[in-house]
Amino acid sequence: MKTSDIIIKCLEKENVKFIFGYPGGAVLPLYESLRHSNIDHILVRHEQSAAHCASGYARASKEVGVCLATSGPGATNLITGIATAYMDSIPLVVITGQVNSNLIGKDVFQEADIVGSTEPFTKHNYLVKKAEDIPKIIKEAFYIAKTGRPGPVLIDIPVDIQRQKMKFNYPSNINILGYKPTYKGHLGQIKRALNKLKGSKRPLICVGGGIICANAVDEFREFVNKGQIPVIHTLMGIGALNEDSTYHLGMIGIHGNKGSKNIVSQADLIMIIGARIADRAHNLIQSLNNDIDIIHIDIDPAEVGKNIKSHVPIVGDAKTILQEFNKKITNLDTKDWINQLQIIKSTEKENNILDEKYVNPKVALNYLSDKAHNDCIVTADVGQNQIWTIKNFKFMGKRSIFTSGGLGTMGYSLPASIGAQFASTNKVICVTGDGGLQMSLGELGTIGQNDLPILIILFNNNRLGMVRELQYNAYGKGNYYGVDLKNPDFILLSKAYGIDGIRVNNNKEFEKVVENALKSDKPYLIECMVNPDFATL
Amino acid sequence: MQHFKEEIKINRRVLSVLVENQSGVLSKIAGLFSRRGYNIDSLSVGETENPKISRMTITIADDDYIIEQITKQLYKLIPVIKVIELKPDNAVYRELVLVKIKTTLETRASLIETTNIFRGKIIDVSKDTMTVELTGDSNKISAYIEMITPYGIVEFVRSGFAGLQRGNIKITD
Ligand SMILES: Cc1ncc(C[n+]2csc(CCOP(=O)(O)OP(=O)(O)O)c2C)c(N)n1
Repeated sequence: MKTSDIIIKCLEKENVKFIFGYPGGAVLPLYESLRHSNIDHILVRHEQSAAHCASGYARASKEVGVCLATSGPGATNLITGIATAYMDSIPLVVITGQVNSNLIGKDVFQEADIVGSTEPFTKHNYLVKKAEDIPKIIKEAFYIAKTGRPGPVLIDIPVDIQRQKMKFNYPSNINILGYKPTYKGHLGQIKRALNKLKGSKRPLICVGGGIICANAVDEFREFVNKGQIPVIHTLMGIGALNEDSTYHLGMIGIHGNKGSKNIVSQADLIMIIGARIADRAHNLIQSLNNDIDIIHIDIDPAEVGKNIKSHVPIVGDAKTILQEFNKKITNLDTKDWINQLQIIKSTEKENNILDEKYVNPKVALNYLSDKAHNDCIVTADVGQNQIWTIKNFKFMGKRSIFTSGGLGTMGYSLPASIGAQFASTNKVICVTGDGGLQMSLGELGTIGQNDLPILIILFNNNRLGMVRELQYNAYGKGNYYGVDLKNPDFILLSKAYGIDGIRVNNNKEFEKVVENALKSDKPYLIECMVNPDFATL
Repeated sequence: MQHFKEEIKINRRVLSVLVENQSGVLSKIAGLFSRRGYNIDSLSVGETENPKISRMTITIADDDYIIEQITKQLYKLIPVIKVIELKPDNAVYRELVLVKIKTTLETRASLIETTNIFRGKIIDVSKDTMTVELTGDSNKISAYIEMITPYGIVEFVRSGFAGLQRGNIKITD
């Protein structure tokens, strides 16, 4: 059998349904084999989007997302997408073509050391040296990508190897000497943590994206309700708890709730679950009081104790660990503590002022949230539009949000929404800014070609809004530089891609069109004109 | 040669790392150190009794927190099988040094004598240089280097540390 056929067979064995890719000379044999397979190839308009699509697909399907690109520029174009997935622990298998094996290292046409370049932000990567290794490598790659702390795994396959012939034999099991992720939390530590919780007067949970990666939202909600423990979350932890839950206190970090610093500083115990406590949330951790007890749960041992010292470290899968907790946790007496927190929480005031000339994004998103399906998927880009979305759209029930939290990659939401829409029949809403949209604009073509019923909400402030605001804060009013966009006519543009859309100038107009847009089974773009000076918070 | 005198005082820590013997492992490990801002003092690597596995001995001058972080980050690399810290009281370390030293008719005899005291081996001689091979722990090597520095060191190379735990323990136990 041809090795390229075998590669595709292996992918079929791994239950791959879609590959997001872009062809080229170094993957010609693979494309020829794909042509004969049941796997759907989705042609994107830029390889970076292929990785983002795969990321959106992985998040929505809870499977491994797969993307494919040719050697050299195809491979290097993937890099931002791979790094984005790495930072948010998204399972991807990334396949790249490579020049002929005997030419590697000679700087030949379209050669790039993609294995070397992606080392810092892949969970693991492979350069295939022998065709016979391929089945084992693919099996390992999927296993590594989705187990333990998920992440992207890259396989670089020289084109001559794709053309070789060999016997197909897919390994049934794998044994990677150095890779044995811990799933079960240490029972002794869990007991210690339970005792600490029992002794605590003002416990607080800080939850991150790990809960969502571990598919442990149900277990988490059960734990919170049983224990009656208030919860604060990171950006990646949105959706872990219903926003209307009594225990939900909002987000920490520089774009978090204003009261969150205050909330954290009063706790006597904090239980961190699946959160990196990166610098943006870290300043808050510095406001912890001195004698606080810290319980830290993470699947990645390297996260525990990295940025914050923990008294009870528990390494393992959040789902199985919370199941253990749920067996033993009893109501904690937190009534007064919760009342006190509700007061702090309510200090947040939203800007709900309506303007005749502009859309108020906060009001628009609240309205959208009220009308949207209970199981919709929202993707948000990076910038003001992201913060407006996460703070004003209500993530309740089965709703989920996909955004680039770790790397903060602009241009993420549009391709991620494509991947999500391929994975799910739920409504996908893509929120983006005018800058971010133009970073992956070509994907309007992918949406149009595949007639994906994505609703795109574009907040057009004719600026790189968030940077404008940073400049304002740092250098004073009027001192902007390099952030003005002379935008195209987005409606004409989307129509050119076969996507219908409408521009709205104020919230009344927005409200008029949004319900129908949500019901539509066609792609649709609503361009909201936003005051360029409108603030993030 | 100030360098050698200081070295004795640095709080040196030694990690012994078993890795799968695949291509690119060394770059994965070295890359991890550089991008996380950890400094490697010395790194030596070679196959073990099992040709599928290599052992790296890495020395670092750092505190407990960093050692713990390094260890955890190393474990995140898929080819890394085992990481242990070799502690001075239950491990042996050796390093190989080759030094080319200036000699004259007058200094040659005393250099040979010094070298013998340190159990060094003279492996090459020319009209005005002598090359010595010396193995030992870092104190011995530093002491030797200090002794011969006044003669004039032309060139030297150190292999980096190699280390094993004492007794019948195996790293994988
Ligand atoms: C790829 C990339 N480049 C640059 C940045 C820095 N950056 C963060 S927010 C932002 C502005 C985003 O502008 P826009 O997409 O119009 O969204 P807005 O903030 O106006 O909602 C920029 C440039 C980034 N996050 N990602």
